[in-house]
Formats: sequence, structure tokens, C-alpha cells
Amino acid sequence: MTSEVVAAAPVPVPGRAQRVREIAEELRGLRGALMPILHAVQEEFGYVDQPDVAVIADVLNLAVAEVHGVVTFYKDFRRTAAGRTTVAICQAEACRSVGAVELAEHAKRTIGCGFGETTYDGRVTLEEIYCFGNCALGPAVQVAGKLHGRVTTTRLNALLGEAR
Amino acid sequence: MTTTASDLPTRGVPRVYVPRDSAARSVGADEVAERIAVSAAGVEVVRTGSRGMLWLEPLVEVETAAGRVGYGPVAPEDVDGLIASGMLSGGGDSLGLVEELPWMKRQQRLTFQRVGVVDPLSTADYVAHGGTRGLLAALAMPPADVVETVVDSGLRGRGGAGFPTGIKWRTVLGAEADLKFVCCNADEGDSGTYADRMLIEGDPFTLIEGMTIAAYAVGAAEGYVYLRSEYPDAVATLKDAIERARDEGWLGPDILGSGFGFDLHVRVGAGAYICGEETSMLESLEGKRGMVRAKPPIPALEGLFGRPTVVNNVLSLATVPIILADGAAHYTAHGTGRSRGTSVFQLGGNVARGGIVETAFGITLGELVNDFGGGTSSGRPVRAVQVGGPLGAYLPVEQFDLPMDYEAFAAAGAMVGHGGIVVFDETVDMAAMARFAFEFCAAESCGKCTPCRVGAVRGVETIDRIVSGTDRAKNLVVLEDLCELMTDGSLCAMGGLTPMPVRSAVRHFGEDFHA
Repeated sequence: MTSEVVAAAPVPVPGRAQRVREIAEELRGLRGALMPILHAVQEEFGYVDQPDVAVIADVLNLAVAEVHGVVTFYKDFRRTAAGRTTVAICQAEACRSVGAVELAEHAKRTIGCGFGETTYDGRVTLEEIYCFGNCALGPAVQVAGKLHGRVTTTRLNALLGEAR
Repeated sequence: MTTTASDLPTRGVPRVYVPRDSAARSVGADEVAERIAVSAAGVEVVRTGSRGMLWLEPLVEVETAAGRVGYGPVAPEDVDGLIASGMLSGGGDSLGLVEELPWMKRQQRLTFQRVGVVDPLSTADYVAHGGTRGLLAALAMPPADVVETVVDSGLRGRGGAGFPTGIKWRTVLGAEADLKFVCCNADEGDSGTYADRMLIEGDPFTLIEGMTIAAYAVGAAEGYVYLRSEYPDAVATLKDAIERARDEGWLGPDILGSGFGFDLHVRVGAGAYICGEETSMLESLEGKRGMVRAKPPIPALEGLFGRPTVVNNVLSLATVPIILADGAAHYTAHGTGRSRGTSVFQLGGNVARGGIVETAFGITLGELVNDFGGGTSSGRPVRAVQVGGPLGAYLPVEQFDLPMDYEAFAAAGAMVGHGGIVVFDETVDMAAMARFAFEFCAAESCGKCTPCRVGAVRGVETIDRIVSGTDRAKNLVVLEDLCELMTDGSLCAMGGLTPMPVRSAVRHFGEDFHA
């Protein structure tokens, strides 16, 4: 019972409910199985859809409201698909001390959306994060899962250029 | 530095060390390692954790007969030139021997002794550098003696609260139950703190060993590490290390032939700061919303799934092996007053030389910020430092003679917390930072108690009125009243300590609160 993440398999879209049920059934034996299940569903589908909630609740014998409450409590669990590239900018104190707020303003203008939003063309999702633990090399920015330190506006522009 | 005969490599194949720590990777360590592998075929490139001299990252080290010679910061395009000038035999434009650098020499590395030195996933490296000595010593004692050794060491919780670790263990040991747990709080959400991450990425077996010793001491069969999702490298490293530890018999049904069984699992958080609070973390481990529990009952008696549970921070647990290996007296020989041993301080923010400083308690704030940190990275004067994370106090330069000691900080209306120190230069707007403390609390409050949930929102509004000059004097009184209520009335440290940065900002930087 060590693996939280189920290996992704090709899944036909209409089979989503079935696949979510399989994930939930595979992981239900873990203690506190709901969080690992939600992570696994998000890993495979990119977000936790509302119909998934009822399926997971059924497998774990929980009220739909309980599962819904957990999904909505945690920022990581998305309710819709993210853009092709997610750009996450740290906004915590250490990065603020070296200009992370100004960097975020630049990113919003350049990308054309705010925190928690996705560009109209679905290319980029912009997120604010509170601490990657890269506090001596701020501002810290994560682009498509890769962490970057000492990110200036020029460097951010280059990273966005690569991502687009 | 010039090359001497003694610097020549001891082995036929030169060995080069490049960190795989995520901070080092964030400034190009992977690219540097790849370039070395391509440009110097036949060289053995070992990926280690980081030494914690983060301003020198990517820091490349080359093994020589005299020790490891350092080069940094190295960019991928520097690699060929360095090799041409003799880097692979310790020559060329180096920093000198890494362990002789003033930054390293002034430290006393106990918890972090192997971080940056070993390959984090090599069990052979771990044993060669003293790993498992603590576990073997513990398994040779009755569990109660292990607990008393930790009590005698004076080790206090490194997560922030500073509660004596051994006393907590004693409570769990004394509790009767069919099942007990050891939980490691690795939800290092505080800005300016990254030692947990660096330890897990750089020396994960130490944490595993510490948790196993804790489990043996209190009679626990299962352990969980609650690790934040913002640390994907740490998650991957720790999961890999746990598999390897099982293969070595360091985890499992019969640990090192002792008959004692314990297994360990990783659970990944999901972006909620409050889950760094221990009861909220337990709720999350149970698969629930991270709502804070009222105490009592304390987790040591009714913790995970209602069972007696040890909940300790990464650094507390990772310090246990050396205490068992070298004895409590060796550990207590470091430190001052009731703050025994060493602490792992972390310099971050606007600082010239950011990184890990593990040293005995008692070093002053000014020594850390100026001597180790070298002042700001912007070159402007230091104006404020925040110690102990987002819930810690902002201190002015006038308080730089404060010793890093739980009691001395408490007396100054501040806290050592998890040892994070964030430096700000003179451009910082302290009213904005105070407002941000409330904003953050409002966003991250679990919502269970009113002082935190509503107080944080009212705090933002009140600071806005003060800064805009609306009934300034009256609103400063309201702010102080609100801070007192949140401090006294909140269920946990989130609401209870948010007033600390706010009050310290008003007290020390009152001029920023004028319109």
C-alpha cells in the first residue's frame, strides 16, 4: 500500500465514471484513502469533475457532501481542466522581499489573465503559490512542473516564450 | 587557488558532485551535470543534496586527496572552460576546499551532517557516513530507555512550538492501545523555511531512521509522512528511499533482525497551509477537510484515527538518530539555557548569501543576517527581518543582538519557530506586510473558530482604514484589541499567531502606518 498514484492508462472519455470507480476501488484499502484517490483522479484526468465526486463517495461509503467538502477545501484539486501550461508564481514573504508581487503583476499583464484563471485560448493557467521552499533564490516560479529560481521579468518572458 | 600535488584525485576516475536539490536545480544544476557528463566522458558524476550555500548553486565539487574542492556558481557554459583549466583534478578557479569555507567551518552540523555530502538514495553511502548507528543503538535498549535518552537530550520540537520531544514520546509510550502511529509533519508551508525539504531531498534515510526509532520507543506499528504537494522532488525522493529502506530491512516486519516491525507511508498534501497545524494534518491524513481539532484530547493520547500518535516535525525526527548514536550528553553539550543542541536556521528573502546555517542555539540574529548572510542581495540596508515564518515577528536591526533561543525570542514578543529568517531591505512597506499577514490568514483559515475566520478579514479592513488615514488613532486601538482577541481566542496558532507579525510591524515600524 505504498503507491498513491495510479499509472495512467488510455481511457475513452465515456468511460470516465468507470475509470474513477476503478481508481477508488484500487486505493480504498489505504488509511485515509480519500486524499490519495483525489490525487490519483486529478493525476489522470487533470481535474476532479462533479460526477467523479458521487462515484468516489459511493465506493468509500461516504456522503456525497463529505467528499465534496474535501474536494473544495484543498486548493490543489481543480474543478475544471487547466491550460496546456501552468505557471505558478510564489507570493509568500521571502519572494515578496525580492519583487514577487511586481513579477506577478508583469505576468498577469503579459499572459492576459489573473491568478486562478486560464487564458482564453487555453494555453496558460496562472496560479499563485505560497512557498516552494526556494526562499534563498527567489522569486520562485514553476512552469510546467519545473521550478525556476531568481526569476526576473526578462527570464519570465523567456520561460513564457518557451511554454507557448 | 593553485593546484598542489595533494589535491590530485585519489582514484583513477575523477568523481564530481553536483546537487540534485530542487533549489540547485532551479538555477540550472541538471544542465550543469549533463554538460559535465558530456564534456568529461569517464568522469563519475554523483548527484547529492545541497550543502546549503544556496547563493553558490549550482555548486560543483570535485574529489581530491585533500578533500572536496568547490566551484560555484557554475553555469552550463562555464563547464568546458573549468575542465580545460584543470577542474577535474581540483585546479583552476576554485572556491577551495568546501569544508574549509568560513560558512561551513563556523557551523556545527549534526542534523544536516550528511546533507550535500552523500548520494541521498545510496544506502551504502548512508551507512558509510554513520547511518543506522542510532537505530542499532536504540534497538539494543528497552523502549523506555530510548524515550529517556531523547528526554535527556533536551530536544525540543523543531516545527515551531518547541515542545520537548521526549516528553511527548513518554505520553505515547504510556498510553494503552491496540495500534499507535508516528506521524511526521513535513507540511513545511512557512515562507522562509526550507530545511525540511532539503533534508528529505538530501538525506531521506535519516528521517526514516528517526521515525523508526520513534516507533520502537513508543510501540507504534505504522508511520505516515505528510509531505506538501509543493515539494514534488521531496515526494519522489522519499518514496524511493522508503522502498530502498524496505529492501535493506530498515523498515518492515523484522527490522534489522530485531523482531520489531514498523512500516512507513507518504501522504501528499493538497495546498492547504493550515495542514501544517498538527491536528489539521491528522484530519487530512484521515481523508477529511483540514479542520483544526480542539485540544484536549492531545494527539499523543487521541491522534490519528483516535489512536495515540507521535506527531513531530521533520527536523525533530531527523535529529533523533544522532542523539541515539552519540548519546544525549553529546547533544546537550551544544546550545544555551533550555534551548539545547543545534538548530537549523534558514536564511532567505533579500539576502546576499542565503542558505542553511546549522549551529548551536545562542548565535545572535545579527551574526546570522550579517556574518553568514552578508546583508541584503539588493545592496540596500537591511530594514526588517521576519523570524519564524509568516506567523513570526518582524524585527528591526536594533534587535540584532537577540540570541537565537526559544525563551529570549518569546521575551521579545517574537518566536524562533522553524528557524526561518527572511530579510527585507529598506524598500519594504511594513503596513503592506502587516496587511498581507491578515490577508493570508483570511485565505488559509480553516474557518472553525471565529477569531481567526472573521478576525483576519476585519484585520485587513482595519489596516486599510489606518493607512488611508480614516480615524487613524481610533483604528489603531481597534487593531490592538483585535490582535488581543485573536491571540487569546483562536483555536490554533494560525489565528493565535497572526497578530505577531502585525503587532511587531506596528511596534517597530509605526511610521509605515501613516497615510
